Amino acid sequence: MDELKQKAKELLEKQQVAVIIGYAEGTAGRTRAVFALKPEDSEKLIFDERCKQNLAVYLMKHEVKHLGRRGIVATIPVMRSILQVASEYQLTEADVHVLGITPEGKLIEFDGFKPMEHWLSGQDVGLSAGEKDELAKLDGMSMEEKWAYWKDELSRCIKCYACRAACPMCYCIRCFVESNRPQWIPIAANDLGSFEWHILRAMHLAGRCINCGECGRACPVDIPIHLLTFKGVMDVEADFGVTAGLDAGMESLLSSFKPNDKENFIR
Amino acid sequence: MADFEPKIVAFVCNWCTYAGADLTGTSRIKYAPNVKIIRFPCTGRIDFMLLLKAFANGADGVIVSGCHPNDCHYSTGNFHARRRWMVFRRLLEFTGIDSRRITWSWVSAAEGAKWAQLVNATVEEVRALGPYKAYHDLAGKATEKEVTHG
Repeated sequence: MDELKQKAKELLEKQQVAVIIGYAEGTAGRTRAVFALKPEDSEKLIFDERCKQNLAVYLMKHEVKHLGRRGIVATIPVMRSILQVASEYQLTEADVHVLGITPEGKLIEFDGFKPMEHWLSGQDVGLSAGEKDELAKLDGMSMEEKWAYWKDELSRCIKCYACRAACPMCYCIRCFVESNRPQWIPIAANDLGSFEWHILRAMHLAGRCINCGECGRACPVDIPIHLLTFKGVMDVEADFGVTAGLDAGMESLLSSFKPNDKENFIR
Repeated sequence: MADFEPKIVAFVCNWCTYAGADLTGTSRIKYAPNVKIIRFPCTGRIDFMLLLKAFANGADGVIVSGCHPNDCHYSTGNFHARRRWMVFRRLLEFTGIDSRRITWSWVSAAEGAKWAQLVNATVEEVRALGPYKAYHDLAGKATEKEVTHG
């Protein structure tokens, strides 16, 4: 991606951005995030099919945030993350320069959020067929089977909170899980502590998850936790017609309502 | 199991359901004594995690109730709560938590009879389901086999 390197170098030279967040070659054939601060750093930038990590998470980290205007190599999930956090008043057009990457691997740039929203509206942003199958498989289970499944999966959780650290939407400086007056969620990685943590995480991402799957990839013990929030993605679309991360002016799902929200369980 | 008495925790709003439950009492309507009522300022204040905390602490069933739509003392608290309940209930079902054990309702301050009927119905439904052993075990709490009412 010489075009990407060139563009990044240009932005850094002209001091239009303070940093470019992108992918670089890592160890053992893996890629890693790189923060290009000087024009020559842009030589490290790469982009190929291995570059899956949702880099948008770094936009909100304190250490990066205070550098100033941030340029970012942005695949579709990154763009959607940006729009989502912008809709939550955490980011403005002035804070970020998007170096978009199309699904074909071409560089695409936008003059602000509106054109990006417009371009995204023509892209496929839904769950993949494989992801839908996984959800359907779980949906087809009985209550007891689901309970056994999640109890078994979550029993491996070591409460490292990598899922939280990897998620661009989990930007709260003080998380609910650190509330200790009273201790809201048990600290220990016991059955209850893990269950409550993952329920809480899924609820806090309802209507906000942009189905990048980074939490699942970040999990060191391979719990498919992304399915918990993916399920929410499907549900809020069905119940409220809401898809996160497509509109920087979107109202937050759970801090808004419609008088005619339709449910069938309140007596 | 025949002598199982379900423990029900009711999370209710101050302005409608709590007053409604009060009316049940002042109207001298008898209803099941299995319910422990916790009063909140508004259904909007009832955090979803509180319902799970009730189960973790030994409840077999939960009632969540507040003002009817358009009757909220704070205008919109119950509308916000309703959205949250919709999302939460789906999540419970996905993770295999028994959503049949949570009764959601609107009970106004004038509906003392409805409150009695709601509690009685919930107690009977949860009685049929038995103790919520799955969740109590998760929380490491022993399910009480027998509760005697003096």
